[in-house]
Amino acid sequence: MKAFLPIAIVVAALAAVPLLVHSNVVLNFLVVALMIALAGQGWNILGGYGGQYSFGHAAFFGTGAYVTAILQVHYGVNAWIGFVAGIAAGAAVGGVIGTLAFRASLRSSYFALVTLAFAEVLRILASVTPVTGAGVGLLVKLDVRAQSFQFQSRAIFYLVILALVAVSLVIAQLLERSRFGVWLIAVRENEDAAMALGVDAFAVKLGAMVLSAAVTAAAGCFYVQYFLFVDSGIAYGGWISIEALLTPIIGGVGTVFGALVGALVVKSLGEGAKLVAGDVPGLGLMIYGAVLILVIRFAPRGLVGALVDARGHLARRFMAPRSRVREVVGG
Amino acid sequence: MGALDCFVAESVIGPATSGRTRWLPAMTRLCKAAPLVRNVLSPLILITAVLNGLMTGAVYALVALGLTLIYGVLHIINFAHGAILSAALFAAFLAYQKLGLDPYLAAFLIAPAFFAFGYALQRFVIGPASHGDDRNMLLVTLGLAVIIENALLYTFRADTRTIDLAYGFKSIDIGFTFLSLPRLISFAAVFVVALALWLIMALTDTGKAIRAVAKEKLGAELAGIDVAHIYAMTFGLGTACVAIAACLLIPIYYVNPKAGDAFVLVAFTIVVLGGMGSVPGAVIGGLVIGVVESLAGFYFGESLGQVGIFLIFIVVLLVRPRGLFGATA
Repeated sequence: MKAFLPIAIVVAALAAVPLLVHSNVVLNFLVVALMIALAGQGWNILGGYGGQYSFGHAAFFGTGAYVTAILQVHYGVNAWIGFVAGIAAGAAVGGVIGTLAFRASLRSSYFALVTLAFAEVLRILASVTPVTGAGVGLLVKLDVRAQSFQFQSRAIFYLVILALVAVSLVIAQLLERSRFGVWLIAVRENEDAAMALGVDAFAVKLGAMVLSAAVTAAAGCFYVQYFLFVDSGIAYGGWISIEALLTPIIGGVGTVFGALVGALVVKSLGEGAKLVAGDVPGLGLMIYGAVLILVIRFAPRGLVGALVDARGHLARRFMAPRSRVREVVGG
Repeated sequence: MGALDCFVAESVIGPATSGRTRWLPAMTRLCKAAPLVRNVLSPLILITAVLNGLMTGAVYALVALGLTLIYGVLHIINFAHGAILSAALFAAFLAYQKLGLDPYLAAFLIAPAFFAFGYALQRFVIGPASHGDDRNMLLVTLGLAVIIENALLYTFRADTRTIDLAYGFKSIDIGFTFLSLPRLISFAAVFVVALALWLIMALTDTGKAIRAVAKEKLGAELAGIDVAHIYAMTFGLGTACVAIAACLLIPIYYVNPKAGDAFVLVAFTIVVLGGMGSVPGAVIGGLVIGVVESLAGFYFGESLGQVGIFLIFIVVLLVRPRGLFGATA
């Protein structure tokens, strides 16, 4: 249980925020940041632990969002059921894309391209199909009741997304400690060697993809409940694919807290840029791009990785060499 | 690719409005009245669509040529390709607007400038930042794409602009149909560029070094080739190809900070179809995709025509990822 202590502390600290801060602006900022953290944590499961860099996680985010919205708007299904169905649908899409891509043993650039292409196909289809509201998008009816997953107070939304993020942190922590997680990391480090040792690389990667898709889809479902609107550009747009991979990479790829740290840092930078320069189009994203390159240049294992490195460095200098084990395993 | 498609429509419908041929107006009217029969009734319109597709495809091929060159040597997909194309389109636009330079002449200025730009990007940004890891290179080019695109958005805002050239809408009568002059010029220019590229690769020392690095990086390094320099040269050449493509496109296309995006997935498709790293593959793949897009847009409407391209892309990736001409992946 000791391993879960940091998660408990971080989540408890974040849960205390609404008690201290009542500003809707701040809460809204945190809700969006946590939503991106959730999408990023989904990416991190496949990209960080599995080494499969997807450039099209919008496919899962969008499917979650659309299924939640469509079930409510067209079929009058309860929002909570829609939420679960959205996650399941996202996982299913992950299963289909994963099966196709990993059967064809696509790696690295090829995998990035094929995920990107699937997201684009879904975006174009969603922008012409009537059931998704085509170019207009879907508006979920306002119905502020807990049983329709709509809340008057942003604080409750905040606690809901925080709970989802907490689940995703626990998933990552379990992954680090489970047999499946070790297989996944082995596949990331050297797929051929892992297979030679009897790891079913296809099954492991597919499992990671389904899990990853489910987590990112949950972020999409939450998006719909929070904003009550979705269209093809939001659901399947490149922005979410980029944010989902940006946050864990900046925070620390393949670490439990990477996506959360990355999302808070990236979103704060974006808001900071707005404060300094006003709401100029393009500036925020320019900063994203620059931070991405700088992080890869100077801290290739992200901010969390850099912290671990720094600690290892200090430990080596001042303490017994035993802590080097942690440094080697920690990545 | 909406703007390019409208030129297909222009050359197809054009003769009808000018009334210079006897049978085409009637046929066009028939097509409009009964969209389902047009595929049976209109071999000549079909040929026109194919010709237009070939000419569009040539420009695609040029964009893809830069991409495939970079892939063939550096083994990375340059996600900044589309953003660089947008930047080059703006460069051609400004050269015309501020200096009054004809885009075709401006190419001789913009291509070397973008060569230097590409060289610097690889040498001083992508190379050092990626620590030699493929996945990092992907991310760095993605980061560059985000920066360039948003720098353009910041500077020029999201407005879509075009330039008006005297010959922008000129077309040539080739007997049974009309071909747009700027598109014909770009079609020819693409082959000149491809030939020049081939000569550089075949005859110059730099070309030899590029081929050596592509084949066996370590061996080339041991033979005294400066790999970082050759990587940057390759990136520069690829970027120059995009710059030329932009100069050929600007008379018939529009420019905004996202204008290049439309081409980038198409270029990926072509590179995958033709085989990553294969120059003839890029040219032939470009022509094929141009025709496919033109015909799919013609029969199924514009947006679904695009889905056709992506489906080809996915199928090729899944079934034959090394493409038509590529070496084993």
